[in-house]
Amino acid sequence: MTFEYAPAPESRAIVDIKAKYGHFIDGKFVPGKKHFATINPATEEVLSQISLGGVSDVDKAVTAAQKAYTKTWSKLSGKERGKYLYRIARILQERAREFAVLETLDNGKPIRETRDIDIPLVAAHFFYHAGWADKLDYAGLGKSPQPHGVAGQIIPWNFPLLMLAWKVAPALATGNTVVLKPAETTSLTALLFAEVCQQAELPDGVVNIVTGDGSTGAAIVNHPGIHKIAFTGSTDVGKKIARAIAGTNKKATLELGGKGANVVFDDAPLDETVEGIVNGIFFNQGHVCCAGSRLILQEGIADELIEKLKIRMAKIRVGDPLDKNTDLGAINSREQLSKIQELASAGDAEGAERWSPACTLSAKGFWFAPTIFTGVTQAHRIAREEIFGPVLSILTFRTPQEAIEKANNTPFGLSAGVWSEKGSRILWATQQLRAGVVWANTFNKFDPASPFGGYKESGWGREGGKHGLAAYLKEGK
Amino acid sequence: MSFYGIVDGTESSLKHFLAQLPGVDQVGADARAAMLATRSIKTTSKRWAIDTAISMVDLTTLEGADTPGKVRALCSKAVRPDPTDSTVPSVGAICVYNDMVAIARTHLDAIGGKHVPVAAVSTAFPSGRASMEVKIQDTQDAIEAGAAEIDMVIDRGAFLSGQFGLVFDEIVKIREVCGDRAHLKVIFETGELVTYDNVRKASYLAMLAGADFIKTSTGKVAPAATPPVVLVMLEAVSDFYQMTQRRIGVKPAGGIRNTKDAIKQLVLVNETAGPEWLTPEYFRIGASALLNDLLMQRMKMDDGYYASPNYVTID
Repeated sequence: MTFEYAPAPESRAIVDIKAKYGHFIDGKFVPGKKHFATINPATEEVLSQISLGGVSDVDKAVTAAQKAYTKTWSKLSGKERGKYLYRIARILQERAREFAVLETLDNGKPIRETRDIDIPLVAAHFFYHAGWADKLDYAGLGKSPQPHGVAGQIIPWNFPLLMLAWKVAPALATGNTVVLKPAETTSLTALLFAEVCQQAELPDGVVNIVTGDGSTGAAIVNHPGIHKIAFTGSTDVGKKIARAIAGTNKKATLELGGKGANVVFDDAPLDETVEGIVNGIFFNQGHVCCAGSRLILQEGIADELIEKLKIRMAKIRVGDPLDKNTDLGAINSREQLSKIQELASAGDAEGAERWSPACTLSAKGFWFAPTIFTGVTQAHRIAREEIFGPVLSILTFRTPQEAIEKANNTPFGLSAGVWSEKGSRILWATQQLRAGVVWANTFNKFDPASPFGGYKESGWGREGGKHGLAAYLKEGK
Repeated sequence: MSFYGIVDGTESSLKHFLAQLPGVDQVGADARAAMLATRSIKTTSKRWAIDTAISMVDLTTLEGADTPGKVRALCSKAVRPDPTDSTVPSVGAICVYNDMVAIARTHLDAIGGKHVPVAAVSTAFPSGRASMEVKIQDTQDAIEAGAAEIDMVIDRGAFLSGQFGLVFDEIVKIREVCGDRAHLKVIFETGELVTYDNVRKASYLAMLAGADFIKTSTGKVAPAATPPVVLVMLEAVSDFYQMTQRRIGVKPAGGIRNTKDAIKQLVLVNETAGPEWLTPEYFRIGASALLNDLLMQRMKMDDGYYASPNYVTID
């Protein structure tokens, strides 16, 4: 007997996508000069035309943010700022379905994730930071902590609205104003968030959104009116930003790439470990900077676990991101798909063994089957470079020490996972792993109270929790 | 003695085998079950699931107040759940106490329900607190009265005090009594075993001792057939099949009251053990109230509106 799940698509009638969008500056939408198309990566359908922001648009946005900072936002008490954040959080919850559908359309990730993970976490970030706004003076963040002024924020395409929330919520809670640039391929939810700011009657200019590409981001980074940069994206761009702001007074937090090690000891709870591995690498098509993209298995259980993993992977439902039963959606862009294909081919060429379950991929749009590579060693490119796609590299180890050495043998250090039923082993391993976040017997769990950030080339500073707030504050007099 | 070449039935071999089973991480198992509960089963697949679930129901009455009249009424319902619609399948079995088996069998045969088996709860159900002689006699009586399926309970006291050999021996003995005459379902009462690790261990004990089915609960203790418990049991039968090529059935019982719950169970089966288990031969749902909700939902799919409960029969 077969239990075929009939298509269960979420309706897109709830979203109203305009033919063309401008920038959101000083509380108003202002038309851009040049435009580029944003598409649905699952179908390649053009969704809208997005404005390409230039130096003058960024300048207007920074001017508006400076004015809002000096005239209104810095004059408000923490309690009053908190009210706006609570209001935004509530509106986001009320409009959650609209945001979930729009995010899925623009990004390609499954509606199950936008509905159950992205958007609830977005609201949680605003609620969490709303609660901080009136407590900053009493939280051990230094004597009378003060905002920097205008924060320039550049966010990636993998969690478009969630990354906006990670950036905007702490900036506003601490009294900074914002110029934000969403990623080129995923601007729509940020522009809908601009409507939420209007709906919440946030004072004009506190949040400004300039859409565009890398040149727009560079204009923000280089603008002298910006006091703090918050960037999430690739290590290459992060390095460019670090060079650009060297010698200036600009503060920065950089949340960059990763090659997370997911270390499985032979006493792990196997079935849940398989779930954790799947969640670690196939969540959001592997477009996750903290993805568990290197599976490091103890040799004694490697065969059994890989067998279980293959059985489980055969059940991953790849397809229409709007279908409520889809587990793995579309790759965000043609460019990203090429990058994944190129690195996977390098895995083949270097002698690793590729396996994917049978699955039919749509001819339209950008798709990549869930894939594992076995027989991978530290010397393979797929063990070292961030693939940022649904591709898992599997390595093995013999002793716990070897596991840690392999896990740490990377220029990155964003995330890691440890799987064991033995408490002492978990505590030992988590102390040894050089990664900003280490999960034990789980993976890819996020909470606004938990600081997130990297070691080494995975970034500077932390976002979330009290540590994340500190990045938006300086010591007052 | 050797059981599947895996254990020899001694206390030490059982302890050794159970100790090397991987643990179950409670948070992870709960999360997986919760994720699978979000599957959206609509239109044609919902229709298929409803009919499949009806055919898997072990329609149950296990009350002190049971009478021949009540049991006969239930038998009629089991054969033709909806008297106005002959396309509704019969249920998987009738499940009764041992003294009602003959009544149920006779009545089923008389009304054209030869294909519906009678299951008897056995071994001093629900507590299991009786001597082995009594448990064997209980089982023999039921089989002689016409029970084709025996739902025995394990000795939870023995299990929780680590006497795995005792639990195992009882199942083996009841298995011998059943022989080829009756299918054996082994009830764990997961609400009393409490941890998922215990559920996994009990699953292996029962499978190795010769169970045809493993069953969550008696229906007398809550919590009963929660989705994560069923998930752990489905993982166990799936792994056991890989080890032995023998397919063991799973029967959640207790707490599955409506169509939504039943469909969640089918999704669990489909995405854990696999579609091979999606037949009454390998999956049953022990329930009483569930059947009427399945019938109401079935009517709703046909008619487009919810009928009054007066349109489904009460027994």
